[in-house]
Amino acid sequence: MNEKTMLGENIAETADTQEVICCPENLVYEKPDTLLDTPMHYCPGCGHAVTHKLIAEVIHEMDIQSETIGIAPVGCAVFAYNYLNIDMQEAAHGRASAVATGVKRVFPEKFVFSYQGDGDLAAIGTAETIHTCNRGENILIIFINNAIYGMTGGQMAPTTLPGMKSTTSPFGRDVATMGNPLMITNLVASLPGVYYATRVAVNSPSNVRKAKKAIAKGFEYQKLKKGLCFVEVVSNCPSNWKMTPIQANKWLEENMFPYYPLGDLKVPNDKEK
Amino acid sequence: MKELKLMKGNEALAEAAIRSGCDAYFGYPITPQSEVLEYLSLEAEKRTGMTVLQAESEVASINMVYGAAGTGKRAMTSSSSPGISLMQEGISYIACAELPCLIANVMRGGPGLGTIQPSQGDYFQAVKGGGHGDYRMIVLAPSTVQEMVDFVRLGFDLAFKWRNPVMILADGALGQMMEKVELFEQQPRKTNIEPWATVGKPKDRERNFITSLHIQPDKMENINLHLQKKYNEITKEEIRFASSGCEDAEIILTGFGLVARICQKAAQLARAKGIKVGVFRPKTLFPFPYAEIEKLASNPKLKGILDVEMNAGQMVEDVRLAVNGKTRVEFHGRMGGIVPSPEEVLAKIEEKFVGELV
Ligand code: SF4
Repeated sequence: MNEKTMLGENIAETADTQEVICCPENLVYEKPDTLLDTPMHYCPGCGHAVTHKLIAEVIHEMDIQSETIGIAPVGCAVFAYNYLNIDMQEAAHGRASAVATGVKRVFPEKFVFSYQGDGDLAAIGTAETIHTCNRGENILIIFINNAIYGMTGGQMAPTTLPGMKSTTSPFGRDVATMGNPLMITNLVASLPGVYYATRVAVNSPSNVRKAKKAIAKGFEYQKLKKGLCFVEVVSNCPSNWKMTPIQANKWLEENMFPYYPLGDLKVPNDKEK
Repeated sequence: MKELKLMKGNEALAEAAIRSGCDAYFGYPITPQSEVLEYLSLEAEKRTGMTVLQAESEVASINMVYGAAGTGKRAMTSSSSPGISLMQEGISYIACAELPCLIANVMRGGPGLGTIQPSQGDYFQAVKGGGHGDYRMIVLAPSTVQEMVDFVRLGFDLAFKWRNPVMILADGALGQMMEKVELFEQQPRKTNIEPWATVGKPKDRERNFITSLHIQPDKMENINLHLQKKYNEITKEEIRFASSGCEDAEIILTGFGLVARICQKAAQLARAKGIKVGVFRPKTLFPFPYAEIEKLASNPKLKGILDVEMNAGQMVEDVRLAVNGKTRVEFHGRMGGIVPSPEEVLAKIEEKFVGELV
């Protein structure tokens, strides 16, 4: 008997038996109350969905739902506030870190984070990003880098790889005329206002676990008023990369990781903690 | 207890912000209003704990205002014309998200980098909506340093009453000149939490979110209808104006802000010459006192209206709409930072109307 049939038999049994199965002792995972039931609009296999879930889990586990304000970007994650069951503000394109600054400055004791894509954070919002980091605002910036504009349909992003095709670099990104990918996380890691900068991914279970730890650290350091935390998530865009989710994750490993290596870019000096 | 002081317009505005219990100011230096940021940097935090932050640009300032206003706090910014142009995107978002906040524009001459001298060239931008989409700000036009003070408090009150951005539309001369002002007493900082504010979701209420995005057309149309309804109510309730000597006037001068004071002097000079001139000044530019102007225009004794502005003719369009052909409307404007003198306004009255005044 294979597993499926066994499961089928279980379901077919009486209601009493089912209740026994669904008991607290058997519970291994529960959707956190910080995540709403709204079906996500993200494409299958997209890293946004996983990252949202991680944020929701961290907020739930730290029990800071009532003290957290999130800032959504313009881009695919523009509707983040439809999925996260927390107070949120939807910012103009690129301005999420300025909006986060406004919130944090009047409520310094609250947890504030912005969630931004590469076009939002590293193209139109570069000035806000750099200056928010440079002021060392005590917030967390979560930066989704998938090297493309998702929502508008696959145009070149500031982080599009050299030679990578997009609808506005149809022959591949020519660095001679289009510039090189902007390594914004390396850039902000060099600023004294940034306390913690790291690059993670959500393409595999082990990477998901590391990404969650990084997000959790970002909130923990915020609690300790350490300054700005910056978590880059090297992500995918199966739809606009024109790949299946599996192909996209493979392409991510083979092409994105060499250019955007995972790991910490700036780690807090333990002695000063 | 009356507290009288001799103050520069920009500093008076900043002082009034502190006394209004303002929670946060975000701004970027630009002439002729940098004194607002300077004064607040020196005074605000130590007196009330108010946040004052010099942003990296006006784009950032207005979005910081968005963030702070979204928590239900009293937030404001100030700038001058080119800086206000940079804020238009943010103002449109603020208007749609219905965030209360105060924006002061101490206007200078444009277009472009223009001049640092006073102007009223941003009337259209302020009153008709300089950003994208159908929205309105409540626009207050001070004509004295005293009103630079009074309109800050009034501005915050109106902003919260209507959950709408309010603009104080001043000019470089009002910002720079010194006058005697009576200051109101220090108001407490805000402690109540607005029910719609994003301050962290407690267990016992639904999450709050601030947004201007409603991607379904029927929903977005409803948002627009709601905004238009609100603007209609504002129009019914919030019109403010001042008029002097209009009852027996043969000629009425219309103008806002600083120009209305010049008109006042011109009216005196005219009356000394036996020409009966009155002055009508809208204090709110949105909502605009259409009905009041129409009433004045219906007076059979009236020969016409001379509208005076420091621009190429912007408010005059609203005056003409109000008058609706009931009387003649002439216009006199100076641009590029030139302030008209009472004598030149008088000369205009004589040139345009006196032949007919027998
Ligand atoms: S377009 Fe790309 S980034 Fe956007 S939801 Fe789809 S896969 Fe994700």
